[in-house]
Amino acid sequence: MIRLNVNGVVHQVDAEPDTPLLWVIREQIGLTGSKFGCGVGQCGACSVHVDGEVMRSCQMAVSDLKPEQKIVTIEGLSPDGLSHPLQKAWVALDVPQCGYCQSGQIMAAAALVARTPKPTDDQIVTEMSNICRCGTYNRIKAAIKQATGAAG
Amino acid sequence: MTDTLAVSRRGFLAGSAATAAAAGGFTFGFHVPRAEAATTPGSPEINAWVVVRPDETVVIRIARIDMGQGTLTGLAQLVAEELECDWARVTTEYPTPGQNLARNRVWGNFQTAGSQGIRQSQEYVRKGGAAARMMLVEAAAREWGVPAASCTVSKGVITHAASGRSTTYGKMADAAAKITPPTDVPLKDPSTWTLAGKPLPRLDTVDKTNGKKVFGIDVTMPGMLNAAIRDCPVLGGKVKSFDAAAVTGMKGVKKVVKVGETGVAVIADTWWRAKTALDALPVEWDLGANAAISHQQVVAMLKEGLEAKEAFVGNQAGDADGAIAGAARKVEATYHFPHQHHVTLEPQTATAKWTADRCEVWCPTQNGEAALATAAAAAGIPVQQCEVYRIDPGGGFGRRATSHDYVRQAVLIAKEMPGTPVKLIWSREEDMLHGWLHPITMAKMSAGLDANGNVVGFRMRISGQSILAGVNPAGLQNGRDPILFQGLNPSGTEGTFGYDIPNVLVDHAMRNPPVNPGFWRGVCNNQNAYYLECFMDEVAQAAGQDPYQFRRKMLQGKSPKHLAVLDAVADGIGWSRPAPAGVFRGIAQHMGYGSYVAAAAEVSVNAAGVLKIHRIVAATDCGHAVNPQQIAAQVEGSFAYGLSAFLYGEMTLAAGKVEQENLDTYQIIRMDEFPAVETRVVTSGGFWGGVGEPTIFVAAPAVANAIFAATGKRVRDLPLKHNDLRRA
Ligand code: FES
Ligand code: FES
Repeated sequence: MIRLNVNGVVHQVDAEPDTPLLWVIREQIGLTGSKFGCGVGQCGACSVHVDGEVMRSCQMAVSDLKPEQKIVTIEGLSPDGLSHPLQKAWVALDVPQCGYCQSGQIMAAAALVARTPKPTDDQIVTEMSNICRCGTYNRIKAAIKQATGAAG
Repeated sequence: MTDTLAVSRRGFLAGSAATAAAAGGFTFGFHVPRAEAATTPGSPEINAWVVVRPDETVVIRIARIDMGQGTLTGLAQLVAEELECDWARVTTEYPTPGQNLARNRVWGNFQTAGSQGIRQSQEYVRKGGAAARMMLVEAAAREWGVPAASCTVSKGVITHAASGRSTTYGKMADAAAKITPPTDVPLKDPSTWTLAGKPLPRLDTVDKTNGKKVFGIDVTMPGMLNAAIRDCPVLGGKVKSFDAAAVTGMKGVKKVVKVGETGVAVIADTWWRAKTALDALPVEWDLGANAAISHQQVVAMLKEGLEAKEAFVGNQAGDADGAIAGAARKVEATYHFPHQHHVTLEPQTATAKWTADRCEVWCPTQNGEAALATAAAAAGIPVQQCEVYRIDPGGGFGRRATSHDYVRQAVLIAKEMPGTPVKLIWSREEDMLHGWLHPITMAKMSAGLDANGNVVGFRMRISGQSILAGVNPAGLQNGRDPILFQGLNPSGTEGTFGYDIPNVLVDHAMRNPPVNPGFWRGVCNNQNAYYLECFMDEVAQAAGQDPYQFRRKMLQGKSPKHLAVLDAVADGIGWSRPAPAGVFRGIAQHMGYGSYVAAAAEVSVNAAGVLKIHRIVAATDCGHAVNPQQIAAQVEGSFAYGLSAFLYGEMTLAAGKVEQENLDTYQIIRMDEFPAVETRVVTSGGFWGGVGEPTIFVAAPAVANAIFAATGKRVRDLPLKHNDLRRA
């Protein structure tokens, strides 16, 4: 049994130690907001926070996580799923197209703005390395700036 | 009245946020996606498109799928415009392919490809909305004993001003549903639209920002098992043998099954366990006749086609060869556009449940009717006893319209577990290895210039792969694939060659390598626009003329709509003024999927040969604009798709198998390389053009032409990564 703290709830899961965190979250804990896109750390669709850092959960074995580490998924970003400033900005600017990458994008952006409350364009483009196959990059950038009150 | 939707939804249980601890087991949510949940049983259907609930909610049925392109919102805007309902109370739902079949295709075509979601259905969906409004008003008029023409309607409230009476759609719905539908249904003049044509927010955004949106890969239902598959990595190969016993004892594994002649799947309690066992499963393949095919052989095959005698003609006027032979000056160049992969960010997936007399499938699809036909064939059950529930795809781009191979596999696997739902998910590697690729082609072009720098003849030989030959040979016209000539046709909505050149010959030598071809966003317009617009730049250079003015001259008179978008981007980029220091410009135009598009790009290339795309201005004339902010989103999205192909996209074969097995070797453009995009919607009205694809055609040639301006180098071999941009 592996103990994981996800969105403030402690879960006991019966998973093989090398199972990626992503699949435990999706299949065993039942939170499907974190997506599978590549499984090799390239796309970022699986992005979650571990102790506040954005991590590609397809690249983390559950056995590498300690029970006290705080994992936050898109479902736990805000209590109502609406009120995080980034979520509001995402809605206001109609950022998503298909939406498949957007959980990961928002989690990556949330980690960025937690560390850098008013990121510059340069900081945004260097930190935001997730793939959006639909090409919503410019609206993502605009939404991060809107949410953080940054100019432009 | 109908309650068929409610019945058919039974069994769809999509997993979502579970809060309780899941000790060693599985937690199942019982969430039904919004679009599936809309109809309240007993709410009257006014017609196939419109259901009005007693609480005044209006449910608009959407036949096409939304894979991100905004069609759901756009189609709802068109219906609501004619219906005159309250937009704030609009919700949507997808009818199923089985219902469409049972009701004599009342919703028409479900196919969502070729940028046709709106342009091919706008008339009948608007009529659906207008007819429903007429029936609702008629019901109120009858109740009041007044002529319908004396009543007005706004936001779902019907008013008879003369008597001061008013009522609502919700109250009139039952009576309206019993009225005989009108046969004469006039539509509004688009100039009077108040909902359509407006940049309204999408209806489907919120759930995409909090993890609630359920994709096919997220489907879960009680007792469901998961499957991972490996299909033969070489096209035409087969499974020779596999050693199921080696993995059947692994944790969670339920069964190892052969899938058709070509694949093996492991069924387990979780997908990760299925995949882990599949990775450990010894499989021997009979790789078949294609096992020796290399990239070099494919290239050689295409090169031979460039010089071949026999070819299918796509556009012929006058005597191109003669005119070029007699010209004062001749320009010639050969270009290459490689295979591309769709890379829908959600890999292929489908959940199937099979019993001897019923088969149901839950899947992302761009063509639910085709998915249903595939499911029924694989199930071995009459189609009337099968059903497909459409789920919004995590990206489509043509992949989920070209082939439902994943549906076929899911059904074959579920057949091995009668009564148990099984979800098949492809790994990314499986997805890369079993793509339906953008076809590979080359083009050799030549042009003749007279002494004044006018083009007197244009000759284009395309050599390479036909999509229809691979996916629908019945669509060929005496062997000729008309799709190959998109944008190069003498006339027509699928792409008119805009330039006024007296002697033209465009033909195609079909050369089909052993790779499944597919419809890839933009389809053959991609390479045709790239070839033509880069080459036209070369001809302008040879003529010593400005590339914009050179194009203008040849579009004027013959092609005013082509010209208008070209002018719009020249204006937007500031062509008449110098670019900032170190920044260079390129321009391109094209017509396809009913729309006229152009782009102008600003780039710089540093001493190390590294490209930066600063800015692109795009223009589209799609006739009528249904939602301008979504058009802008599609333009940006199409550029991300087109520029990924331009910069990096290339699938190659080695020993019959594609070499790019994941996103580390098949790169996609990311935010740091993506330019600012300014979109000009310059609609001229009077026709309906596509939006999701057309601007993709011009992104790459505009950038390539700007690269030439910056470096003096022509990018004739894609992708760009093979080109050295350092100044000589
Ligand atoms: S799925 Fe984890 S990075 Fe792509
Ligand atoms: S919105 Fe579709 S992949 Fe980003």
